[in-house]
Order: sequence, then structure tokens, then C-alpha cells
Amino acid sequence: MPAVNEPVLRLYVAGTSATARRAEKQFADIRTHISDEWKVEVIDVVERPDLAERAGILATPTLSFDRAERSRRIVGDLGDTNKVLEFLGIKAKGDPE
Amino acid sequence: MTTQEEDVDVSGVLERVKTGVNAFDELVMGGLPRARTTVVGGTPGSGKTVFATQFLAHGITNFGENGVLVTFEEPPGDIEANMRGFGWDLAAWRKEGRLAFVDASPSAASDELVIGDYDLAGLLSRIEHAARSVNARRVVLDSLTQLFDHFIGDPKVLRRELFRISSALKKSKLAVLMTAERNSEYGEITRHRLEEFVADNVVILRNVLHREKRRRTIEVLKMRGSHHAEGEAPFTLLENKGVVAIPLSSLRLEQQSSDIRVTSGNRSIDEMCGGGFFRDSVTLVSGATGTGKTLLVTNFLAGGVAQGEKAILFGYEESRGQLFRNASGWGVDFAQMEAQGKLKIVCLYPEAQGLPDHLLTIQGLVDEFQPNRVAIDSLSALERIAPDTGFREFLISLTSFIKKREIAGLCTATSKSLIGGESASEQHISTLTDSIILLRYIQEQDTMHRGLMVLKMRGSEHAKEIRRFTIDGAGMHLGEPFKQAPNVFSGGDAEYRT
Repeated sequence: MPAVNEPVLRLYVAGTSATARRAEKQFADIRTHISDEWKVEVIDVVERPDLAERAGILATPTLSFDRAERSRRIVGDLGDTNKVLEFLGIKAKGDPE
Repeated sequence: MTTQEEDVDVSGVLERVKTGVNAFDELVMGGLPRARTTVVGGTPGSGKTVFATQFLAHGITNFGENGVLVTFEEPPGDIEANMRGFGWDLAAWRKEGRLAFVDASPSAASDELVIGDYDLAGLLSRIEHAARSVNARRVVLDSLTQLFDHFIGDPKVLRRELFRISSALKKSKLAVLMTAERNSEYGEITRHRLEEFVADNVVILRNVLHREKRRRTIEVLKMRGSHHAEGEAPFTLLENKGVVAIPLSSLRLEQQSSDIRVTSGNRSIDEMCGGGFFRDSVTLVSGATGTGKTLLVTNFLAGGVAQGEKAILFGYEESRGQLFRNASGWGVDFAQMEAQGKLKIVCLYPEAQGLPDHLLTIQGLVDEFQPNRVAIDSLSALERIAPDTGFREFLISLTSFIKKREIAGLCTATSKSLIGGESASEQHISTLTDSIILLRYIQEQDTMHRGLMVLKMRGSEHAKEIRRFTIDGAGMHLGEPFKQAPNVFSGGDAEYRT
């Protein structure tokens, strides 16, 4: 696991449902738009309820941007990459500084 | 209560899970069914969290049934602090592995955006994880309304997801209790109408302002597949106890009737009653002010103590000092009786607390002092502070309590008019008491006399005449019957009217 304050993108999904598969696909698509340096984790809340408890996850899919400051989370449909990145405050590859 | 791991569903008999609110368990035929979901609805401050926590606490302390508390509103630490006053040490149970929290309270550590469809698999897996970790049999979700506030947007998604959670927990043979907020005391059952989706059973807690008094009640609205008592039962929230409901109409008339007689404290009245009051009966003394009700009470107490019995008096009209002075005026020494531990006199302002609390006070002191007889002076003072239905419920509970303890009870009621007449309390209590003694002013030509008659004596013959009586420094003296029978029931005698 990364150090506590290191920024990390965590995707919480439930089992192997269609919703979970769609979210994983959308997440893979998002990753093609951001730097490869990003640490990412995919967590199955059915397998790891303890991690869901620690993070206070209620709904799936949830994409959580955890960092030293306040976390930002998107719940539900992750299909709109630009919107997702904008809300999380993550720069896309090739965007100007 | 035993659990059968197999055929719980096919047996058709629902295992009952006791809530710890005795009178409520009676309303629902023994408790809430296992493997069912009960929604407890109530306005803010109606006692939902207390009721829900008590459900868990009772399981943990009395049945070894561990629990999970899913909190959507306050963090676990706050709940532990808030519930301590009711005598529940949630923190200790948590450390002992008998209680697990799922903290779903609003997180200060993240901003969240909800787009499109989602499920609550995260919540469900956390609840199931917590239930496994303490081997739970009971689960509480408090309160669903906060969940709706969290996931604003399409309530249909939430209803579907709550249904899924409820089904999954039921399948795990858990007794599930969910709380939900109501907007008003009488109206829509819960906000968002979620009871329609998840509830097998619906319970309503109310906190109604009536005639400047708060009145808390609990009502069972629906019990899928089983019977339940109808109507609102009053309850109160007590320190170190939590929700204490008052059993009502559900009370079975199971009291034994005794034929043991005890003295009324006055030999002539004993004779009129066919040998005294019955030991486990309640007698009403009704009369206008000044007719001698308190004297009868004093005789009743002193008569018991003289026979070696213990007696208790609940006074709502006069102070202790006044009662002691009255008694010594009739030659009875209350102070000495109290010093011997044979008598206890409790004086309370009727307005000091609500009727359910008065009832609990009486029950508590009777169980503590263990008297053979109890007197209440007067019911009319208590009636002042209660709505009509509340008073009737109080009387039912009080009289059945007195009989259950197999002690002799004497209550007084004040008639409103000086000559004859019936007050509301008399109408209520006349059907509930076993015996009625009327004290009346009776006019004969130019003089006012006092008259006493035994109107009713359940299970016994009694004298039918109206006896004259006088009061002096030695107490009450019964004289001859009135020759020309006056009408003691109506205000003024019809025969004398034209």
C-alpha cells in the first residue's frame, strides 16, 4: 500500500457485476488520459469490506481521489472522462500547466 | 426462546425477538419477528434512536444476541455518549465484541459527486462484514432518512437498493430494525414513503403536544403475517431504562379473584360490604368535597396497620403536614406508623409529571415498599392533568397493577356538584373498580346530613340502604339509614322538584 499521504486513485466496485465491469472499463479509459505515474488501486468491497469500512464507502462504483487534503469522490457513472477529471482536479495528459 | 436453524420459513411460526420494551412486546404478540424488517417511524425527538438502541442492548444483555448498529447520522462516539444516560455501555460491548458499528455518518473528509446509476453494495458488504465479526442476530439502521439526504437525486435507486439490503439481511436470519423520519405526527407514514419498499412491519412513535402536555405513544401499524394489538400505547423515556411503555387494553384480565376479606378500617362499613373489602380489589370512594373521603382513606390505612399490614398512600391534593394533622384530628398517628415502617405517605403535585410517569412512580414505590394496601387520594386531581383517553388508560393500568400485586386498593374521586352528580372520573372508574362507596350531602328539611351507601360490591352481597354518618374527633360514626330515600345520583332530588 502506498504511504498515507501519497495521492492515489482508488476504484471501489462490488464483485463481478455488469456495473462493476463497466466501471473498470471506464476507469481504464480514464487512465489512458492521465500520467502513468499515478498510483491506482481497484478494490472489490465484497472481498475487502474492511477497506470499504475504513474508507466509509456506501455506494459502488466509487472512484476516490485520496490525498493529504480532502478526498474527492465520484459515485456512479464514470463515462465522462473530462467531467471526472475536472471534479477530481486531475490534469489530463498534454493539458497545458 | 430457541432458534431452529432449519425450516424457520416453512414452519409458518415466526420466531419472536424481544425488544426490551415489555409492554410493546405484548402488543406484537411476543416481540418482533426474526428474519423480518421493521421500520420504526417518528418525528425528530420521538425516541427512535433510543428504541432502536434498546432493541440491540436488550439482545446483548438479556439473550446473548449480539448486534450491529449502522449509524447514518451521528458518529459512533456521539451515540456511545448519548446512550450512556440510559444505562447502556455501548463502548464496552464494542470492545467485548458484542456490538459492532458501521459508521455511515456524513464524512467530513471527502467531497462527493453522484452521477447516474449506482448500488449500495459497499454499505451492504460493510453491514454483513460487521454482522459476521460479532456473530450478530440483530441489526439496526438509524436512520434511513439521512441516507436519502446523502443520495439526493433519484429516490427510486435508493428504494431499490434498500429493498436489496433488507432482503439480504433477512436471508441471513437477522432481525432488522430501520428507523425513518416522519414530517408530522399524523400523516404520511415516513418521508420518502420508504416503508412501502422495505417494511414487513411498521411501528410509529409519537410525541404529541396535547393540552400543553407532551404525550409519547407507540403504535403498531402493520405486522405482516401476524396479529398485533391496535391503538396507541403511552410510553416514557426513563434514565437508566430507556423506553418504558405502559400496557393497556392488551392487558388480559388474568388476575385471580380472591375471597379473602380485609377491613376497611371502619367496622360498620365492613358490615355494609358483607365483611370487608376483598384483598385484591380496588374500591372507589366518591363524594363532594368535605364529605369525608380523606377520613375514609385514613381509616383504611390505619385499619390495615392495626392488623399488622403495611400501607402506602399517594396523596395528590394535600401536603404531608396537612394529612398528618387531619389524621391526628381523627385520633390516628401517621408519624408513629411511619416510624415503625408500617406506613409510607407520598405526596406529589399532579402537575409534576405526566400520567405515565405517575403510574411508574406508583408501581416503583409499591414494588419497593411491598405494602398490603394502597390508597390514592385523589384520582380527580390526576384527571386534571390528562387528556380523557390518557386518563382511562392510566386507570386500567393502575387497577390491573393493584390486582396483580394482590393488594387492596382504595381510590377517591371528587364529585363536582355538592349534592349528587357524577364526574367524568366516576364514569370511567365505576366500571373498572370492584366496589364503589358514595358519600353524599343529603338535605332533610332544613338540615344538611352526610350519607354513605355501598353502590357496588363485586362478587358479594352488600347493604343497600343509605346510612347517615357523622364525623368527630374519633373519626366516622355511622348511624341509622335515611327513612325517606333521597336521590343520591342526580343533582338535587327530583321528587322535591316541581
